[in-house]
Amino acid sequence: MSGPILAGALLALPGLAAAQELRGYAVTGDAIAKSLTGAPGDPARGRTTLLNRQSTCILCHNGPFPEEKFQGDLAPNLVGSGSRWSEGQLRLRLVDASRLNEATIMPSYYRVDGLHRVGPAWRGKPILSAEQIEDIVAYLVTLRE
Amino acid sequence: MRLAGLIVLSALFAVDAASAEIPQAERRSGYSFMAPDTRAMQDDDTINPGMLWVLDGEKLWARKSGVTNKACADCHQDARASMKGVAAHYPAIDKALGRPVDLEQRINLCRTTHQQATPLPYESRELLALTAFVAQQSRGAAIEPGNDPQLAPFVAKGRELFMQRQGQLNLGCTNCHDENWDKRLAGSAITQGHPTGYPLYRLEWQSLGSLQRRLRACMTGIRAQAYDYGAPELVELELYLMSRARGMPLEAPAIRP
Repeated sequence: MSGPILAGALLALPGLAAAQELRGYAVTGDAIAKSLTGAPGDPARGRTTLLNRQSTCILCHNGPFPEEKFQGDLAPNLVGSGSRWSEGQLRLRLVDASRLNEATIMPSYYRVDGLHRVGPAWRGKPILSAEQIEDIVAYLVTLRE
Repeated sequence: MRLAGLIVLSALFAVDAASAEIPQAERRSGYSFMAPDTRAMQDDDTINPGMLWVLDGEKLWARKSGVTNKACADCHQDARASMKGVAAHYPAIDKALGRPVDLEQRINLCRTTHQQATPLPYESRELLALTAFVAQQSRGAAIEPGNDPQLAPFVAKGRELFMQRQGQLNLGCTNCHDENWDKRLAGSAITQGHPTGYPLYRLEWQSLGSLQRRLRACMTGIRAQAYDYGAPELVELELYLMSRARGMPLEAPAIRP
């Protein structure tokens, strides 16, 4: 019963991984200075993506989102993110926060290696796409105190 | 040399602090994180929906089954006496298998070995009912995994799994349930993850469910591949959680949001 399904999943995997190849980026200090896509993100779309539960941001963070009843408090409030961090610093913190603090509970949103037992639906895929990360970065820099 | 020693020491300390268990005096059941009306539902057997499964389980206990045409009651007699405190000691080592089995597996081993009946599927109404009926006989009993030295390596494996980061979100159980149990995830209390009330009725499920169901849901939540029902890893995790909750009273069948 599970044989053909498993075989199908295995066959599908290499294609999936190839389709999801990540773009390269350069880390300078504690920042990624250049946009992952080569283009600036869209802050309005970034806000929408950030509030989407599938993006997972507000499961842990809270922020200036009065319309959202259920936000987390495991992680810092996002108010003033744009005053505390530069665009490049925010980008690295989204892409791979574990580079700055190995013990952080912040997932690496643009990393597929070094992970353990990722479920088939998510295997080989980053949590967010390069475009989504650029949109969120563009939104976060507008959060100034 | 002394500096190197200090570095090693502080590194050890850092590892220790990150994975420290919750001190005995600070341990709290999931019950204490619930709203008053949800607590009231658990406290009153006439409105606790879990009791419907217990009542079914009581009937199943007396029902003859399998090739041998025996009921649980034919060997174990009155569960109120024979099953008192039993659930508080599970998972426990099965001598024939040489590894721990949880309460559901014990019930199914009894079925296949002594009743010569087919094992009941995980999460089936019948298996949950029998488990709930047996577990209810330990209500108020202190959780006490046996001191069987054979258990120790399995507890250690369960603890390793509890600490292991996994899934696309790269989180371990410990990151929430040791380190952040006083916080809220998307508005919901995180809790300390003590398995004091299983099988329990989850409002979200609109059903009774096992600890393995809960563990699998958490694994899917961190986008990891959940272990199959009955997998040794899940039993080891159950065992570690019970040893971590040592001394806490059993509440089965509990209610959780």
